[in-house]
Amino acid sequence: MSARVAHAAKTVLLAGALALLAAAGLLAPQSAAAQAVRNVQPLEFRDRAEEQRFHQLTLELRCVMCQNQSLADSDAPIAHDLRREVFNLMREGRSDAEIKTFLVERYGEFVLYRPPFGGGTLLLWLGPALVLLAGAVVLVVVVRRRASANRVATDPVDDGQEW
Amino acid sequence: MNTPLPPGAPLPGAPVPGVPPTGGRRLLAVLLVGGFVALLVLLAWGVSRSDRPDRESLPSPLIGKAAPQFSLPVLHDASYRVGSGDLRGQPYILNVWGSWCPGCQEEHPVLARYAETKKIRVVGYNWKDEPADALRWLEQFGNPYWVVITDYEGETAIEWGIYGAPETFLVDAEGIVRWKHVGPLTDAIVDDVLAPMVAGLESGG
Repeated sequence: MSARVAHAAKTVLLAGALALLAAAGLLAPQSAAAQAVRNVQPLEFRDRAEEQRFHQLTLELRCVMCQNQSLADSDAPIAHDLRREVFNLMREGRSDAEIKTFLVERYGEFVLYRPPFGGGTLLLWLGPALVLLAGAVVLVVVVRRRASANRVATDPVDDGQEW
Repeated sequence: MNTPLPPGAPLPGAPVPGVPPTGGRRLLAVLLVGGFVALLVLLAWGVSRSDRPDRESLPSPLIGKAAPQFSLPVLHDASYRVGSGDLRGQPYILNVWGSWCPGCQEEHPVLARYAETKKIRVVGYNWKDEPADALRWLEQFGNPYWVVITDYEGETAIEWGIYGAPETFLVDAEGIVRWKHVGPLTDAIVDDVLAPMVAGLESGG
């Protein structure tokens, strides 16, 4: 008898769980209603080389919405669309440079993680070299001052603690 | 480190005979302090800009260039299409929106108020939206648009460089993009920027 009761209890529990799941399923689409339409069909690559080229290219392109992610990493709806566009352009036989130009003409140079040299990007490209150069100048000045101070004073105690 | 100084040795920091008196050191100090101040100025400038509402908006490369060619179905009757050719001859505003977009709801009263002045055609660009949702949204909040075109897949949006709703373009009678704003329109933007530009287009022919 008790086995039958246990069985009935199990059935009730199972039915309850199923009802909960069904309710969750009914509620889910409603909470997701305020979402931009997105094409969820995955891109199908012909071969490994094509996939790798696509991956390389999208890594060098910046997502315009979530501004510090690459196009390859981002899950924003616009990133989905742009990846599809890049894929279609690849299929049309366009080169990497042509694809980048296509996006720059529409979204600006912001989309390039490696912007072209010149104009507004001079400081970006030369900045690190300038900082290195400034450091080298400081180093040379300090070393020369110390060397000449040592030579003249012939004293092991110099003003090394000055800086 | 703390070895006693032999008698007659110069004190640390005192000018060393034979070495140009503190010339190098002064240069060094000027360089370091100057660099530090320059860095501070740069950072302060960055912070002062950080509260602009459009701090993340990208400048559109389309400004001054022809608007892209397009032809898209009309929201209220998909058997009709409206394209760049149909809109030529008079300036228009293209307002990108979607029922899924909170910023669009925020700017909606501002846009509606401006559209009521009838100074210019306001074209709605319903982007990546379910038509049923879009129609319900317009019914609920009012339809300020002259016509609403739909871009369900978002392919034409790439031609426009659209990346997030709301976005607003101003296109002149010759089909040249004159201005773009990313993010919700405010009364200040409409009164101080958009309305004067529209007035300029009319007087300039």
